[in-house]
Amino acid sequence: MDNNKIGQHISRQFNEELEDIRNKVLSMGGMVEQQIEQAAKSFMTSDLELAEKVILQDDQVDDLQIEIDQECTEILAKRQPAAFDLRMLMATTKIITDLERIGDEAARIAKMTIRLDSTEYYHDKYHEIKHLLEMVKDMLHASLDSVARMDVKDIVAITSRDQKVDHEYGSIIRQLITRMMEDPRNITRALDILWTVRALERIGDHSVNICEHVIYMVKGKDVRHISQDKLEKVMGK
Amino acid sequence: MIMTTEPTRTHAIDINALSRKEKTHDKVTETCLKVENLNLYYGENQALHGIDMEIPKKKVTAYIGPSGCGKSTLLRSINRMNDLIDSVRIEGKILLDGEDIYDKSINVAELRRRVGMVFQKPNPFPKSIYENVAYGLRIQGINDRRTLDEAVEKSLRNAALWDEVKDRLNDNALGISGGQQQRLVIARAIAIEPEVMLLDEPASALDPISTLKIEELINELKEKYTIVIVTHNMQQAARVSDYTAFMYMGELIEFGETTGLFTNPAKKQTEDYITGRYG
Repeated sequence: MDNNKIGQHISRQFNEELEDIRNKVLSMGGMVEQQIEQAAKSFMTSDLELAEKVILQDDQVDDLQIEIDQECTEILAKRQPAAFDLRMLMATTKIITDLERIGDEAARIAKMTIRLDSTEYYHDKYHEIKHLLEMVKDMLHASLDSVARMDVKDIVAITSRDQKVDHEYGSIIRQLITRMMEDPRNITRALDILWTVRALERIGDHSVNICEHVIYMVKGKDVRHISQDKLEKVMGK
Repeated sequence: MIMTTEPTRTHAIDINALSRKEKTHDKVTETCLKVENLNLYYGENQALHGIDMEIPKKKVTAYIGPSGCGKSTLLRSINRMNDLIDSVRIEGKILLDGEDIYDKSINVAELRRRVGMVFQKPNPFPKSIYENVAYGLRIQGINDRRTLDEAVEKSLRNAALWDEVKDRLNDNALGISGGQQQRLVIARAIAIEPEVMLLDEPASALDPISTLKIEELINELKEKYTIVIVTHNMQQAARVSDYTAFMYMGELIEFGETTGLFTNPAKKQTEDYITGRYG
């Protein structure tokens, strides 16, 4: 597969328009990655300033989504793209929807930081989420790499990590339930963690979606709503 | 009041029916035309190289490709229009309903009745609208007024032109618009009830509205006829056809269902052409 799929049109302007869209998607991805990192950090360290920054950055992510969507629509109207070009635009509008939702999850975590600060509860480091955070961050980063390279060779490995994320999510939930049963005074804190962990787990799901859109873009195969086993078969592993 | 504890079941839901069904493509389509290892030469130059394809019955098949790729040559071979060019030599077979149209026993006039053709530029005869449509029938010796009236009305209706010309059937056909003329020519072609319609760039000389009318018409005509269309307009091929063949330098590069070919072509040459890249 030729990775330089965007160039080589007879219309140089078309090349530039597609390249511009790709660059914007990648910077949107970068912003969202930073949002998660900072949101989780603000949550673990009760850093209110950082949390506010994450919430403000969400507006920029939203603006970028609207801008990219608009550009995709314009290209569809102007150039009636076909084959890879068409799939790239369709996949792009879906990828940025997932990115925007990841941004929302990050903002949700940041809002949780602020809400917790105004309560009287005792704050701790919420270290339970650290491992899950690292897993999810890596997954998102790898899926954005596939977007950047327009390449599907690592995708099965990325989506398989979601099972580990789900497993980690399950085990945190079990820990939290145990603590809640041990002492009802733990319930409030446990629920706070629960919402944050849930947001992280959702980010893993969105990363899987992004991988699926990349497969559609590159291979023309719609692999949504199939199991990991079936995906591995489709991708020939 | 008696309350039943049993929940009322208004309707049973069959879970199996809800599960995703396998996509069914209508693979049962019959073949109308079969091209077998067709080579065509203009003198020393080979214009078609070993073309093999099966054109399905009552579907629209589009030929696309850059200028000089042989798509019009291939189209014209289907009703032996190339016979009129002296230097042409043809090898291979074209089977219409299993019968080789290049066989010596074939009556070419009869073949062209079965395989109608419409060209890029509308070419009505300098006669009335009525006589244009009735022409083919008159040649067959049909002169009964009622039969002709019925055939003319039916053909004009099928060509989506009746409402526009019904009050001026005796006007000269050259007086109507280009788009109307093209539909008149199609009406003339369908009056003799062909099996196959060959359309060579039927809309490229028309304005966008007339083009849409022709495309709409093609969609209606495929109920009755097998249609093969050559077009430079790829979006048109994507809109009107069920199957698309991409040709390049006299070779058939890719042939398949239109939706697949335009969203996920199998060959790089096809991809480069339909996305406007350097080949």
